Amino acid sequence: MFKFKKFATLATAAAMCFAFASCGPAQSGGGLIKVGIINNDPNESGYRTANDKDMKNTFTKENGFDASFAYSLKNDEQINHAQKFIQDEVDYLLLSAADTAGWDSVLKDAKEAGVKVILFDRTIDADASLYEASIVSDMDKEGQTAVDWLKGQNLAKYEVIHLQGVMGSAAQKGRSGALDAAVSELGWTMVAQQTAEWNAEKAQQIVQSVIDSGKSFNVIYAENDDMAKGAVAALDKANISHGVGKDVVVMGFDCNKWALEELLKKNWNYDGQCNPFQASYIKDIIDKLEKGESIGEKVVVMDEKGFDAATITQEDVDKYGI
Amino acid sequence: MSDRYIKEKGAAGFFKSLFRHQIFIPIAALLLLAIFNLIVDPSFFKITLGYSSDGYPVLSGNLMTIIDYGSELAILAIGMTLVTAASGGQDISVGAAIAISGSVVLRVLCGTDSRPEVLQAPIIVAFLISCVVAMLFGAFNGTLVAYFKIQPMVATLILFTAGRSIAAWINNNELPIVSDKTFTYFGGFIPGVPIPTPFFIALLCMAVIALALKFTNLGLYVQSVGINEKSSRLNGLNPQMIKFMTYVILGLCVAVAGFIKVSRLSSINYSVIAKDIEMDAILAVALGGNALSGGKFNMTASILGAYVIQFLTTTLYKMEVQSAALSAYKAIVVIALVVLSAPVVREKLTDLWKKITGGKAAKSQA
Repeated sequence: MFKFKKFATLATAAAMCFAFASCGPAQSGGGLIKVGIINNDPNESGYRTANDKDMKNTFTKENGFDASFAYSLKNDEQINHAQKFIQDEVDYLLLSAADTAGWDSVLKDAKEAGVKVILFDRTIDADASLYEASIVSDMDKEGQTAVDWLKGQNLAKYEVIHLQGVMGSAAQKGRSGALDAAVSELGWTMVAQQTAEWNAEKAQQIVQSVIDSGKSFNVIYAENDDMAKGAVAALDKANISHGVGKDVVVMGFDCNKWALEELLKKNWNYDGQCNPFQASYIKDIIDKLEKGESIGEKVVVMDEKGFDAATITQEDVDKYGI
Repeated sequence: MSDRYIKEKGAAGFFKSLFRHQIFIPIAALLLLAIFNLIVDPSFFKITLGYSSDGYPVLSGNLMTIIDYGSELAILAIGMTLVTAASGGQDISVGAAIAISGSVVLRVLCGTDSRPEVLQAPIIVAFLISCVVAMLFGAFNGTLVAYFKIQPMVATLILFTAGRSIAAWINNNELPIVSDKTFTYFGGFIPGVPIPTPFFIALLCMAVIALALKFTNLGLYVQSVGINEKSSRLNGLNPQMIKFMTYVILGLCVAVAGFIKVSRLSSINYSVIAKDIEMDAILAVALGGNALSGGKFNMTASILGAYVIQFLTTTLYKMEVQSAALSAYKAIVVIALVVLSAPVVREKLTDLWKKITGGKAAKSQA
């Protein structure tokens, strides 16, 4: 209760202050747009850290927003935060849900209270009428882009070690799907297909065991950068060359800055982006809603790139590295 | 009559003492795995001499992988055995503590820059500081257990929960990467030495603990506190201090294991580094036939237990078992072990053996 009071006072104070000072663009009511942002813990991964930073940089007072942040990896805690934001009468509720289920009733409350909900990064199992828009990554497309790139390399043979993420996660499903399809359609050899659970150490051991068993392979398709790093550590130990024009093609995902630097050094071959920069998309939608325009498609899929070590530049590293 | 006595001592007696002997379990498990691999694919044991990218000779093969990747676990098993014996409980925070000590190593090496061109401090300094930090966290656990009399698993649950966040905080949630080549020696190969360095580090730890157990009263004191705290106090020991010490020693083991872990990848991922390693370390102690409720212990058996676990993991990877299913197989091993090591079952087994051999002896006499 104390927190709530403190928050309410702060928020009112801030709103009044800005109403009088009348900075920021003219909005309905002349004040700032109040947004409540519920995200996962920024410590979870580099992706999440970049995502949180992006949100904080976009929803600033200079841009006309009064933003409050709440973090949790647990669904029930997130729902509590959401209820609190609704009580605080935010204009927009931005939500990256920890879990897909359990959001119906709180979103109905939001609707009744006139709070507009925008989902980002993750979708939920709720009626589409309960939210205004959903900004997501298309993991299937990420996988497809990567596999298309791999096809385009026209290797003499395709013997693939496939390091999967935590089984059943959206990223794993999307990124595995495209490769599985290509393997069965084009007759590529799957030397090993294992989940390393996003974990570099496990990836290192899995690749080590393939090397120990003496099987030949020339592609490592790792579903995130960490696992690609672990795989490369095993290759280095066994003196197997990797990268552009070398024995083994190394592919990763997520575009961590350090990973893109490996691309720049031509130690890796490909890195697929998983775009954490949703804030500008959300801001566009809010601007449109504020002007009373329609936003068109409810589900917005972000543009995502794939970087090839042969063409990547330092600019790309600075711009897209997370 | 004397003939029969000798016979019993020769065969049944031998097996009786074998079953009773603690080290029987890990050795049997090791043999079982070795035989299994020999039957399925003898090439499992092949070791080849290759050359590293710098042109130095290195040995590779499944056996090398086992002694390489089993090292951290073996080192942890040393500390975990002492903790188990003295306090009758286990430290479940070692994975999180490894994240902390690894994070400290990188923090000291990198300074404020997360990707330094040159190291900001000598590696040995970074290692020593991480030792101190890990021992402090060990002391924290030890204080809770020894002086506040909190159950070990509950006490260490605190660090288990908070450790990885602390690790992330130490490096401002950045992921430092060390590019210095000498740092990779500790988790890889020293140029010119064809055997992985972690194995030597593990050997060194084993030698130190062996000497400590032989020439100090550490083993005796730990066991007597574990067997009966009250009577050891009456005999002039300080049980609290001894329990506390074991946690500090475990902290040191954690620092060494964490150092190897970060050296392997020259980087760290707070959320997954040494994930679930505490369970493997406890399993190693159990595999060594040590009572998890404390008391007598056998250090050699625990260390062997650690290598058995790595042997099992490597075998399963070799068989291309889905790595998500690895823990299920480990669980089967645990069940088999727990049942086997239960006194009731052991007694039945020796009885059974006695009956078989005893029956034979009776027949031959008739």
